[in-house]
Amino acid sequence: MSNVPADLRYTKSHEWVRVESDGTMTVGITDHAQAELGDLVFVEVPEVDRALKASEACAVVESVKAASDVYAPVSGTVVAANEKLADAPELLNDDPYGEGWLFRLSGDAAEAEALLDADAYSAEIG
Amino acid sequence: MPHLHKTVLHSLHAESGARLIDFGGWEMPVQYRSQVEEHHAVRRAVGMFDVGHMRAVDISGDGAEAFLRYLLANDVAKLEDGRALYSCMLNARGGIKDDLIVYRCAAGRYRMVLNAATAMADIDWMLEHSTGNCRIDLRNDRTIVALQGPKAAEVLPQLVDKAVAASATALKPFRCTESGDLFIGRTGYTGEDGFEIVLPRDDAPALWRAALDAGVEPCGLGARDTLRLEAGMNLYGQDMDENTFPGEANLSWTVALEPADRDFIGREAVAKAQPQRRLVGLVLEGRGVMRSHMAIRFANGATGETTSGSHSPTMGASIALARVESHAEGEAEVCIRNRWMPVRIVKPPFVRNGEPRV
Repeated sequence: MSNVPADLRYTKSHEWVRVESDGTMTVGITDHAQAELGDLVFVEVPEVDRALKASEACAVVESVKAASDVYAPVSGTVVAANEKLADAPELLNDDPYGEGWLFRLSGDAAEAEALLDADAYSAEIG
Repeated sequence: MPHLHKTVLHSLHAESGARLIDFGGWEMPVQYRSQVEEHHAVRRAVGMFDVGHMRAVDISGDGAEAFLRYLLANDVAKLEDGRALYSCMLNARGGIKDDLIVYRCAAGRYRMVLNAATAMADIDWMLEHSTGNCRIDLRNDRTIVALQGPKAAEVLPQLVDKAVAASATALKPFRCTESGDLFIGRTGYTGEDGFEIVLPRDDAPALWRAALDAGVEPCGLGARDTLRLEAGMNLYGQDMDENTFPGEANLSWTVALEPADRDFIGREAVAKAQPQRRLVGLVLEGRGVMRSHMAIRFANGATGETTSGSHSPTMGASIALARVESHAEGEAEVCIRNRWMPVRIVKPPFVRNGEPRV
């Protein structure tokens, strides 16, 4: 059974968003997504200061099996990216909602609130 | 959804939590817990694969040797009893219809192991080209389990009759032994020591459970693919097909043009062929993962395309097989997601017996 924390927001394309106390938004891929992909071996995160539109392909996660695009769940500017993943892509398998975060955006937090909640995402992945 | 064949071990895989996929018309495990961990288990200890989707076919009778010498590009006359041979089966144009291992059990009695997706067409082809005086039996009453890894010989005595295990573990690579219904070849598709065990279907679940109890890692097709790729072994349908000459797939060594008076299907075409392409190994210099069908370019203008690519768990880098123009030389690059990245051209295998070779 996949872990779907109640305090996050989700997309149908399996990204999660956490609105931090400073108003920035942290983005990653869900536990369900990492399990489907299997062992991750390569992660490419967006550059800091890049402006993203919602639904834009902005990161790549590759497992032994397949490459998969990650889409920006909301619009915003990249303020931080998880550089640790370059040397340790397995962090994404081990801790998808913590150490395995992908990037952080500044933008309109209301956009995040409009995404799927944990119940809706759980229903989505059946 | 089309009907998928299931091996006799299918329900055991479901119990072990395997993720299943369609492979050549069979519903097969692609991974159990982690593809990378399964891969390492085979390189460092021992793993097992359900290869019940591959077909054992027995060729027997006074005409069996003559038929196989006509059917196959490699020459079974080289075989003594208890020896195995890797060969291509060619079409009349010299293209590869399938690749296989043929074992000589005894005079006039051979066993071939065919790829899942091609087996039925192969059998039709064999019946069509039969030279007489031999039987061609598809062994639907048998299944195959591969036990692979440096500790395979240590574990085998816990899985089969002691006397059979003793003769099997005494075998050199590419030899085989049999006792009653049990057939064991010291062969595999991983680049490690190991055994391919052909046994009655009904006996397979007990063997599989005994192996699990002995600590053998169950491995899926995902690990099988990265293991064979590291070992520089071609996958039929991906690295070669009916339009590929053996010389374009690193397999010239398997085509026996001597003795010159042996006629075999595809001989004339393959003897005349002047392959314009060859298969090379690639190691990606930077980060990323090569996949099949990525473009390759060389400093001297030659081009090519990857046929298989993945992440090599043993090397911690991406590796690939690529078919390139014969004159390809010098520095090379691969196009990954619209970016050209430098690659090193190497001669496979990438890994043998647990150690990187390139």
